Amino acid sequence: MGVEITSPNFKANAREALDDNSLQKALGLTVEKGFIKKRRLAADALPEFEALRDAARDIKNHTLDHLDLYIEAFEKKVVENGGHVHFAEDAAAARQIALDICRKAGARTVTKGKSMITEEVGLNDFLQENGIVPIETDLGEYIIQLRGEHPSHIIAPAIHVNKAQVEAEFRRVHTALPPDRDLREPESLLAEARGILRDRFLAADVGVTGANFCVAETGTTIIVTNEGNGDLTQTLPRVHVVFASIEKIVPTLEDASQILRVLARSATGQDMSVYTTFSTGPKRPEDPDGPEEFHVILLDNGRSALLGTPFQEMLRCIRCGACMNHCPVYQAIGGHAYGWVYPGPIGSVLTPAVIGIEQSMHLPSASTFCGRCEGVCPMRIPLPKLMRLWRDKAHDEKVVPTAQRFGLGLWVLLARRPKLYHLAMSVGMPLLAAFAGSRGRFRSLPFAGGWTRHRDLPAPQGRTFQQQWRARRFGR
Amino acid sequence: MNSGPEKTTVGLFVTCLVDLMRPSVGFAAVKLMEDAGCVVEVPAAQTCCGQPAFNSGDRGNARVIAMQVIAAFEAYDHVVAPSGSCAGMLKLHYPELLADDPGWSARAEAFAAKVHELTSFLVDVLGVQAVSADYGETVTYHDSCSGLRELGVRDQPRLLLDSVEGLSLTEMENADVCCGFGGLFCVKYSDISNAIVAKKTDKIAATGATTLLAGDLGCLMNMAGKLSREGRTVAVRHVAEVLAGMADETPIGGERKAKG
Ligand code: SF4
Repeated sequence: MGVEITSPNFKANAREALDDNSLQKALGLTVEKGFIKKRRLAADALPEFEALRDAARDIKNHTLDHLDLYIEAFEKKVVENGGHVHFAEDAAAARQIALDICRKAGARTVTKGKSMITEEVGLNDFLQENGIVPIETDLGEYIIQLRGEHPSHIIAPAIHVNKAQVEAEFRRVHTALPPDRDLREPESLLAEARGILRDRFLAADVGVTGANFCVAETGTTIIVTNEGNGDLTQTLPRVHVVFASIEKIVPTLEDASQILRVLARSATGQDMSVYTTFSTGPKRPEDPDGPEEFHVILLDNGRSALLGTPFQEMLRCIRCGACMNHCPVYQAIGGHAYGWVYPGPIGSVLTPAVIGIEQSMHLPSASTFCGRCEGVCPMRIPLPKLMRLWRDKAHDEKVVPTAQRFGLGLWVLLARRPKLYHLAMSVGMPLLAAFAGSRGRFRSLPFAGGWTRHRDLPAPQGRTFQQQWRARRFGR
Repeated sequence: MNSGPEKTTVGLFVTCLVDLMRPSVGFAAVKLMEDAGCVVEVPAAQTCCGQPAFNSGDRGNARVIAMQVIAAFEAYDHVVAPSGSCAGMLKLHYPELLADDPGWSARAEAFAAKVHELTSFLVDVLGVQAVSADYGETVTYHDSCSGLRELGVRDQPRLLLDSVEGLSLTEMENADVCCGFGGLFCVKYSDISNAIVAKKTDKIAATGATTLLAGDLGCLMNMAGKLSREGRTVAVRHVAEVLAGMADETPIGGERKAKG
């Protein structure tokens, strides 16, 4: 149950992604030429950006150190406002709570704003199996729902899909529309999706959204969107259900607005997202509109176990996507290859915590530790360090493949014995150099296939530095 | 010979790759530091900085190697490596590895304070502003990740290159983006590494530079190997070789001239 896990097949997934031309094109355009440049401009334009990152980090550190208190305060406020807070220990519990709310409301269709937490718990499939139709209303989410896929980026879920594929999908599904309509422009695709979704908004009984923040001081949940679909999702249906994980709590509205200043800038390079929507409880008697019921489902799913451990730092994450945008590995293979809900550096740290390191060992291993993610993370999460901690775990729990352990063991044996090491190398290196001859490089070499499959291996010069140095010193 | 107490002593941490694959980088480093007035020693009790173990999650062995290196080098005024990656390991990760060891944590901290990447040592510590070397080529410079992001090595090599007679520097796009080496990463995730390095070699070729320089031999071997597999004729060298005026060596992965 829940989202299918293909992380153990990471290498094969990656190979497939590397061969997928349209994915490669999309990654180059949207990520490398789009997000990265826009983030840099936005950060450079704000002199206090670095100071804001520090402030954002400190706010979340403080909150996480007292998370129990703030969750309690948040719950109290939501209830005071006439809403409900439900605690879900794991994905199954969260799904069940949502289903119960839908059943009680007699819901047949549910509209959904963009929410990675509902992806994490596998809500759509579950509702569907129970006879309730979920409808994604974020354009990107809508597209991948039609295609039966999962997001490949946390803020741009359909980044891997090109325009022609969207058009084909719309023609396949929107059969009530004239087949000869013109869908060449992106605007016409958007207009068509809007038209279809408008009716769905009105028909829905329950609206589900995520939350970028849960404010303890006021019991408010906040979402940021660029399409305004979130607003319609949460105000039109009779019941509004918010899915949030526990680390979305911040103490005050002031704290939320501080972090908002780094969120959009890090994500899309906007100063602010187009819509920032605050939801505080159900409709009050004097309100002209709004939902009659307001529910918040707070998901744990392994997170509270990270509190008080070095992985607590991960819980500062605000899901801006900057780390994956700047990751050379993500840029090469996109999001699906990671094999679970969250891709990129943040996924490589979070995934093992939820699905276990046995299944997800490739994720923290497949990093060059280039450190660019940490350099841009608005919350200053030391992502490489945390990936390394997972490698430590994998090593301690012996989930590392035998060949790798053996190779490493052999190397360690030498590295720990300098005399033996220098003796072996002073024989080996000149031999290897002689073997390469005048070409100066190897096109292939036994045991070096991983290297020589794609590039030549430069040959050593000959005698080692140590050998030559001792000879010179000795000779002098 | 004047070797009064005022002379700075440097322990050269050669790095395993330079020791085994390209000793000329080590001699270039020695020359640059000696020209700047240092006394350079090369302790025999060094092998590798321990990153293969550390990055594979084998902290136990990484710790043993860290102790071995610290013991061999802590007597020098400075410890210098011709690599941002290994210098970063010694400077930032040794103290982290030994933080919980009461016998070693203070030693590791004191040791770390003395560790420098070569070009940063020359410029930031010794105040070198220029070298005497000539190299009549157009070069482009790749910023290796650890040096750049862990140690702030960026302007120092460029400052020194600027003083090399005849050399002109053309910056590549994304000079600060990873080349895909990543130590064992490049063999374990060979396909992904290849996709990353192929982007890098495109950017290198786009500059029209005849020489690629960087400060880390791992990255250099990766890029040189890809350039030669692609049939591109860019010469690849460690920045120290050019700065030391020792660029008459065959480039990395280049064809050897028959020696007389
Ligand atoms: S880890 Fe940092 S950069 Fe990555 S999504 Fe979270 S907040 Fe953004």
